[in-house]
Amino acid sequence: MRSFGRRVLGALVAPVLVAGVLATAGCANKDERTLTVFAAASLTESFGALGTAFQASHPGVKVKFNFGSSATLAQQIAQGAPADVFAAASPATMAQSKAPKSRVFARNRLEIAVPKGNPGHVAGLKDLANPSLKVALCAPQVPCGAAAVKALAAGGVTVKPVTLEQDVKATLTKVRLGEVDAALVYRTDVKAAAGAVEGIEFPEAGKAINDYPIATVPKTRQYALSREFIDLVLSDEGRRVLSGAGFTPV
Amino acid sequence: MRGRTPWGLAVPAVAGMAFLVLPLAGLLVRAPWPTLLVRLAEPRVVEALRLSLLTATAATALCLVLGVPLAWLLARAAFPGRGLVRALVTVPLVLPPVVGGVALLLVFGRNGLAGRWFAGVFSLPFTTAGVVVAEAFVAMPFLVISVEGTLRAADLRYEEAAATLGASRWTVFRRVTLPLVAPGVTAGAVLCWARALGEFGATITFAGNFPGTTQTMPLAVYLALENDPDAAIVLSLVLLAVCVAVLAALRDRWIRA
Repeated sequence: MRSFGRRVLGALVAPVLVAGVLATAGCANKDERTLTVFAAASLTESFGALGTAFQASHPGVKVKFNFGSSATLAQQIAQGAPADVFAAASPATMAQSKAPKSRVFARNRLEIAVPKGNPGHVAGLKDLANPSLKVALCAPQVPCGAAAVKALAAGGVTVKPVTLEQDVKATLTKVRLGEVDAALVYRTDVKAAAGAVEGIEFPEAGKAINDYPIATVPKTRQYALSREFIDLVLSDEGRRVLSGAGFTPV
Repeated sequence: MRGRTPWGLAVPAVAGMAFLVLPLAGLLVRAPWPTLLVRLAEPRVVEALRLSLLTATAATALCLVLGVPLAWLLARAAFPGRGLVRALVTVPLVLPPVVGGVALLLVFGRNGLAGRWFAGVFSLPFTTAGVVVAEAFVAMPFLVISVEGTLRAADLRYEEAAATLGASRWTVFRRVTLPLVAPGVTAGAVLCWARALGEFGATITFAGNFPGTTQTMPLAVYLALENDPDAAIVLSLVLLAVCVAVLAALRDRWIRA
């Protein structure tokens, strides 16, 4: 019985020791640093490219991304999630994160996304009021939904959506699968899904432009690195990547 | 078997209990008690609760109708590949519910394998019926496993006796087997109902989210968290209270018997 217990103890202790040694080894190498960036789901493609560029110009630095609904990310940051940089899809969600100062780096506008071939024959915002069409919108709690409410109000259009999705990528998925005839998503998302969906621009989108602010998170331990990443986003290279993805850099 | 509880069992048991109960205590501590009643009367809370109770109950009914015969087949009928079928039936247990929702769309969506055939007649996504289907998909394995286990443990001699007295297999099932395994069926149905009540991923993916039609309590909680955490806590407490009340009532009345 005793020898069995000892063997179990050994089996439990050995990996802990190994892990401990590895962890100290990791700390000893001071050049290994990680920058954690929380960013709106709509920034997935452009920030992914910028992260690769940042790692290339900063040897020993690893950029880790957490993409998601800006509102969810803001909640996580306010609860103390270990983020260094936060890029949100709206000033309102940036304010929820309690970051003291932020700066707008890009703007995004809505487009109507339709499945390939446009089976519902949608031409403009007014068509979405057609009750025989199935329309998906983002929930008003998240930035793309707030923008959709604004654009529809600006156009005087009343839509009865079949669903209010939890983020813009979920909304786009319903179009990709052909389950809805149209959805209001960001121009950048239509671009990222090129080939699977078609985008239709509409003038009322100009009344509901989304500002994207970026900030260093107050509790960051990588302040200098955070500043450098934000500088990259604001640089000419950053502007080029962002406009390539469909944003309007500021 | 009398005597002191051994420390080796008591300590982890208490730790396990604390681990499960403390998060609930956290919800109770953080709840916005002064405004609780006002928030409870909000139409969206009432609507989401009504929808949750309705769909979870309908999903349980659907699971009973399809799941009890399935469990009987797995426990009593001998056919090749039974082990494989049993494994496949429990897949929704390990499948991330969001993936389950996408899979349901690929089959029952209007471009889906089955959905396209009755696209003009009716469609499940974005309807309350779609919520029931999503919940039943995720919850049915709980019922099947529970009922199958009870069937295997039941004494076969009663069924054999009924058969020797001339009862058909259908009569045996109805008059002997079903009353014999009733406690297992009830326990399975309760588990199934509780799982359906908490279902989130498959529902939001397959049925979408619209207040009054498809927005069940878990979906309302998730969206409230985006900008109003206090409302999310209130909604969670309601769900918790309903669930605890129903389970406690059922436990005393049927399961223990």
